[in-house]
Amino acid sequence: MNNNAYNINIFSGGAELLFDNKRHYNIDLPNKDTWKLGDLLIWLRDNLLSERPELFIQNNSVRPGILVLVNDSDWELMVSSDLWYLICSLCQILCKYAPCP
Amino acid sequence: MAANEQKIEKLQDEINQLREELQQKERELFDLKFKKYHDNKYCLGLTATDIMRYSRQMLLSQFSITGQIVLKKSRVLIVGMGGLGCPCALYLAAAGIGEITIIDYDEVELTNLHRQVLHGENDIGIPKILSAYNRLKNLNSNIKIIPIHTHANSSTLTDLFKNKTFDVVVDGSDNVATRYLLNDICVLNNLPLVSGSALQMEGQLTVYNYNKGPCYRCLFPVPPPPDTVMNCGDGGVLGPVPGIIGTLQALEVIKILTKQGGVLSSRLLTFDACEAVFRNVKLRTRNSRCAVCGDDPTITSLIDYEEFCGSSAHDKVIDVDILRKDDHIPVKELPSKPETLLIDVRPTLEFAMCNLDNSYNFPYSYLKKGKDLDKLRKKLEDYSTNGSEVLIICRRGNDSQRAVLQLKEIFTDLPLKFLNVLGGLYAYSNSVDASFPIY
Repeated sequence: MNNNAYNINIFSGGAELLFDNKRHYNIDLPNKDTWKLGDLLIWLRDNLLSERPELFIQNNSVRPGILVLVNDSDWELMVSSDLWYLICSLCQILCKYAPCP
Repeated sequence: MAANEQKIEKLQDEINQLREELQQKERELFDLKFKKYHDNKYCLGLTATDIMRYSRQMLLSQFSITGQIVLKKSRVLIVGMGGLGCPCALYLAAAGIGEITIIDYDEVELTNLHRQVLHGENDIGIPKILSAYNRLKNLNSNIKIIPIHTHANSSTLTDLFKNKTFDVVVDGSDNVATRYLLNDICVLNNLPLVSGSALQMEGQLTVYNYNKGPCYRCLFPVPPPPDTVMNCGDGGVLGPVPGIIGTLQALEVIKILTKQGGVLSSRLLTFDACEAVFRNVKLRTRNSRCAVCGDDPTITSLIDYEEFCGSSAHDKVIDVDILRKDDHIPVKELPSKPETLLIDVRPTLEFAMCNLDNSYNFPYSYLKKGKDLDKLRKKLEDYSTNGSEVLIICRRGNDSQRAVLQLKEIFTDLPLKFLNVLGGLYAYSNSVDASFPIY
C-alpha cells in the first residue's frame, strides 16, 4: 500500500483552530502495514497540529471534550474499539469539540 | 449628563406604565373577541379557541387533537433566555405548551439583540426572563409562563425541582458547568434533556437521557480544560445559527412530548452554516459505567459543578491580575499622553471594528506565536529614539497584562518600559469617552 490517501476532515466547534483554521485536509499517510486510529491521531498531532499539542492529545488519547467520528459515527461504536480501530483509505475522520456555548 | 439620565429614567417609567395599560387593554380585547369560543361544547379537552388556534398542527396525523391535549398538559423547563432559549421558547409558546418555566440570571444587553430575538431595544437593562415573559405572554396569553430570575446552580435547581415537576428540560446555557448540572439533574429525575449549542458558524443538537440513549457524561465523562472553551463574546456567532438550533430544540421537545418517535437520541445533528450542511452523526449508547446514568452510579445527588469543571457557570470573563502595581497606568491618563506609543493587542478583526487614534495594532496571539516580531522590533526601536514608555491596551485589560509580561521578556534589550492600561478599552469607554463602543 503505497500512498494511502486519507480524506480527513477536521471540523466544528473550534477543533479546526488547532489545525491552522483549515477544516478539510486530504492527507497522504506514509507507507505502513496497518494504520490504527490511535496512530493516525498521533500522526495528526506531529504533522498537522499548528499549536498547543496538549489541547489535542492527552495521555495517549484525544483530550476530554473532543469527540472523534469515523464515517459519521462515534468512534466508541467501532467494532474493535477506539484507538485500535483499523482505518482504511475510504475513512472519513472528524474531530469535534464538545458542545459548549 | 445627569439631566439626560433623569430624562431617560422618567421616560422609562412612563413607557412601562403605558405598556402595562396597553397589554391589559389588548388582553381585554382578545378575550371579548374570542369569548364566544371559550367553551368546549363540541370538543373534549380543548376550547374552541384552541381548536382554531392550533388547527394547523392538529391537522397532522402524527400530532392530531391528542397531541394538542398533551401539549396543553405539559410542563417544560428552559434554562437560559439567550440565543437558543429565545427561539425555543417562542415556538413552544406558540405551539401551546401548557406551562413553560424560564430561568436566567442575566439582564438584556445591546450585544444580545442580534440573536436573542425575544428581547427588544426597550428591554436593555431589565432581566431577560422579564422581557421574555412579556413577549411570550403577548404571543400566547392562554398558557402559563413562569419566569425565574436566578442563576441555575445545584442549590437553586434542587429547590426548583422540589416544588415543581417537568416533562422535558431544554439546555439553552452557554457554559460547561451548567451543561453537567442540567445533565445530572435530568438523569436523577429521569427526564429527557434537549441540548443545543451554537458558536460562530456551527451548531449542534442532541437529546440526552432519552430512551436508553447516552447522557452528556456518557459522551464526555471528563470536562474539557477550561481554557479550550470559547464563548460568543469572544468567538462571535451569526444570529440565525442559534436561531436554527433553538428552533430545532423546540421541535424535539414537541416530538418527545407527543411520543412521535424519531427523536434525536443517540444521534448528534451538526450544522455547518458556512457550507449549509447538516450532518447526522451516530452516537454511542448509554455507558453502563457512566458516573451518573450507569448501573452503579457514583453521582447520586448534585455536586459543585464549577469546581468539577474548574470554570464558572457563566460566560462572563474573569479578570486577571498578574502584574506589579507599577506596571499599570490608569486609563484616565491616556488622553494626556498623545505622543506615547499605544499598542492595541486585540485581534485584527476587533481592532478593525473600533480603535483609538494613533494606536498600533499588534495582536497578543502574534506575540504568543512569535509572528511578525521583527516588524514589531523595528517599530519599537524607531520609537525608542524619542520615547521610553509603551502603553499596552486591549478590550478588557487581561490580554494586555499577559502581553506586557511577554514584551518585557522578548525586548529586554530595548530601553523601554511597557505599561498596561488598566481595564482596557472598556474602562476607556466607562471613564474617558462613553462614545467608544463597548462590545
